[in-house]
Amino acid sequence: MQGDAATIAALFAVDPVGLGGVALRSPACDNRDQWLALLKSLLPSQTPLRRVPLNINDTALLGGLDLGATLQAGKPIALKGLLSQADGGVLVLAMAERMSLSSAARFGSVLDTGMVALQRDGLDTSAKASLGLVALDEGASDDEQMPAGLADRLAFRLLMGAQDEDEEGPEWTAQEVLNARERLSQVTIDDEAVQALCAAALALGIDSLRASVFAVRVARAAAALAGSNTVEEEHTGVAARLVLAPRATRLPPAAPPENEAQDTPAETQEPPEPSPEPPSEPESPDAQNKDESKADDDQEEDPGLPENLADLVLEAAQAAIPSGLLASLKIGQLQRAKTPSSGSAGALQKNALRGRPVGARKGEPRAGQRINVLETLRAAAPWQKLRQRQQAPTDGQKQRIVVRKEDFHVTRFRQSGQTTTVFVVDASGSSALNRLAEAKGAVELLLADCYVRRDSVAVLAFRGQTAELILPPTRSLARAKRSLAGLPGGGGTPLAHAIDAAILLADQLRKKGETPIVVLLTDGKGNIARDGSPGRAQAATDALAAATEMRLRGFSTLLVDTSPQAQDAAKNLAQAMGAQYLALPYAGANSLNQAVRTVAGRS
Amino acid sequence: MSLTFPFSAIVGQDDMKLAIMLTAIDPSIGGVLVFGDRGTGKSTAVRALAALLPKMRAVVGCPYGCDPENAKCPDCLAKAAAGSKAGAATKTSHLVSVPVVDLPLGATEDRVVGALDLERALSQGVKAFEPGLLARANRGYLYIDEVNLLEDHLVDLLIDVAASGENVVEREGLSVRHPARFVLIGSGNPEEGELRPQLLDRFGLSVEVKTPDTLAQRVEVVKRRDAFEQGPQAFTDAWKKEDDRVRRSIVAARKRLSDVAIPDQAREFAAQLCMSLGTDGLRGDLTLVRAARAEAALQGASKVEQKHLIRVAPSALRHRLRRNPLDDSGSSTRVERALAELTAPKP
Repeated sequence: MQGDAATIAALFAVDPVGLGGVALRSPACDNRDQWLALLKSLLPSQTPLRRVPLNINDTALLGGLDLGATLQAGKPIALKGLLSQADGGVLVLAMAERMSLSSAARFGSVLDTGMVALQRDGLDTSAKASLGLVALDEGASDDEQMPAGLADRLAFRLLMGAQDEDEEGPEWTAQEVLNARERLSQVTIDDEAVQALCAAALALGIDSLRASVFAVRVARAAAALAGSNTVEEEHTGVAARLVLAPRATRLPPAAPPENEAQDTPAETQEPPEPSPEPPSEPESPDAQNKDESKADDDQEEDPGLPENLADLVLEAAQAAIPSGLLASLKIGQLQRAKTPSSGSAGALQKNALRGRPVGARKGEPRAGQRINVLETLRAAAPWQKLRQRQQAPTDGQKQRIVVRKEDFHVTRFRQSGQTTTVFVVDASGSSALNRLAEAKGAVELLLADCYVRRDSVAVLAFRGQTAELILPPTRSLARAKRSLAGLPGGGGTPLAHAIDAAILLADQLRKKGETPIVVLLTDGKGNIARDGSPGRAQAATDALAAATEMRLRGFSTLLVDTSPQAQDAAKNLAQAMGAQYLALPYAGANSLNQAVRTVAGRS
Repeated sequence: MSLTFPFSAIVGQDDMKLAIMLTAIDPSIGGVLVFGDRGTGKSTAVRALAALLPKMRAVVGCPYGCDPENAKCPDCLAKAAAGSKAGAATKTSHLVSVPVVDLPLGATEDRVVGALDLERALSQGVKAFEPGLLARANRGYLYIDEVNLLEDHLVDLLIDVAASGENVVEREGLSVRHPARFVLIGSGNPEEGELRPQLLDRFGLSVEVKTPDTLAQRVEVVKRRDAFEQGPQAFTDAWKKEDDRVRRSIVAARKRLSDVAIPDQAREFAAQLCMSLGTDGLRGDLTLVRAARAEAALQGASKVEQKHLIRVAPSALRHRLRRNPLDDSGSSTRVERALAELTAPKP
């Protein structure tokens, strides 16, 4: 067990509610299990520790109506949700990296208020739910992150690998934690320490004030754990290292503010360990390297020439095109050629909760489904005489109508699922820069429609050696604009990689119940093979192989040929992929937008 | 109910605090949309609002909290009809706090609009209406945290009710309509999704909150938060005076509101501003003038002046601009630019 991991477990055990929780990024491995076991052993023995599966429904999480019990009792019986059951304890969230924003918001509001407000199924209650979370994040790549809004509400971030060696570190016992809990409310922190922590947060470019608030609380908990009644330098050091450093978005300015010295953890307190934990202390040279790479990343996202690029995007969006050309030729073609397997207006979702009502079916109203009272009564009606007879009037009062569980009918709705358009953009040197700008413009235009249609957009860009997800599926204009503005161009064309990445993403989306549409913008001239080696021949073979795989998955795809003249390379690729082919020698963002909408079946 | 962080103890965020106070002075301005970074005290401010509002008079036992002077809900009307037959005055009223109703995520439609009272239906076989959150929020506030994550079918409902001020329930064989006039308050983080333009339009004012970037402010935030957690009661008591002052200023401004004159000049200025920004519809003009009047009342002025308009213009108009996805400059900048252009030529 690494030193920091043990420290975090102990600190969290001291004040689980105040500290929010731990975002534990680690593959499922022994180390993680050991850490959870350690946490369990440190928490007082009666503390509830419950595990929350990923796709838990609202009834189980927040609470709801216990239908069986309700019918038996003849009055509404509420079902306690997991959140209120875990009051005063710790919830362990499985696979937090795949958690949806709306579930994250549910947990977030519970962390904020310590209450779970229930307004469901005719129930109107609120229950206490002060708890801490351990979010198990198994994300393997940077694309898979737990929702930022939730991560922001957890004090600690802990990174763990399967191969981490055990290290000698400080150990705590449950008794020490208990003592610390008692001491916690008496621990005082002086203004200077608060100031130092805030200054450090500011210098590290941490925007959220929650980080500073957590740092203060962690400092307090650290002091309590050490048996001290005042927060000393070493405790602020622990707080800075465990709370602030992992959140740093930039290096502190070259000349650190005078307060900085204070929060620099005392070197003696813990030797800098080669832990996978981000910078063990903001000032150490080792940490600087790490931070530098982080800062570089940031720069890529937000380069120094946004104005210039914004201009390009603007130009692209309004790119003069031979008017009506595309609309008349290509789009008509597309409409006719629409494959039956294409997702069109989003695959129809069963069990939708809204949309057009299409009759009723037998079943219990759970997970937000609406009971169809008329059908339910109709189903119950023929049995009334029989049931009345069966149900001997025990309490003397005759029930007017006896409805049983099996009578329930719920209204069925039909609704189109959400469509996500995945743009795969060739940002290599061979695709001229203005092509890139056009693609960007199209994405932004689509996005502007999106929030009316409730669709989302994702952008994969490929250049150099790899494909990169520069815009995860989003409906947010603000976010799209930011990540698009920073998309650089130039380099080789790893076409096969790009298609692989698109397949992966589209697969993920489909698993989430969304309908992916893949739009590939390229000239079809790959020159980087799957293994990363340059060479046209191998690259072309690999790209075709990847394309075939794409066709087997049956996604609806559109290939937009961005070369100045339509060429066989792209056409062949489109064929292998089973994609609609669209040569857009003069494509502007608008026409592209229209083409995509046609593929999506909602022009 | 646990104590909430006092309103006046919130550091900075003047725009947000002002917008919330303005709607308290004149609810007809419409709601407030608070969009901003994580951890900036968005929900803290709204939750603190309840403690700030002066109490209001309501009919005893009315599920919709009707005003005794103007009781229009089905319950009160039925009672009034029965009462007039009996020849007795039935309206008794009492002072209640203004409702600030939280619409939690995961709320189901039946609880929002109201539905068949399951208990009575099951046990007594009676078809009765059980009012929902919209009924409870009548004459008060409806707060939606993470409004951009609200499920679409609830958004559809809210859009309709927020515009008409009346909740019409037609479900499960029930047919009920009752007043549902409330001030909609929404908060959220724009990075997590956009809001539908129709819903956006229902908010009178919109404010953007940012994390304070000066060290002094940040330290103050953290200190106060810490003090509150260490001793919520003591902290609330210490700020009670300040909160009372804010409440008095709201009450005073409310009284003054109807006396604040709106000169034609001010209306013209507002119209010019809206025209130069190309806002859709006239709601922008109306809200701008109303908000400016509330601001003038709050400042103790006798008429609306240009400075009042300028103060509230960004909040009132920011979210009504035609969205141009290709224009990177934020909406606030555009409003400020238009303001600068309008005010510059006449020195």
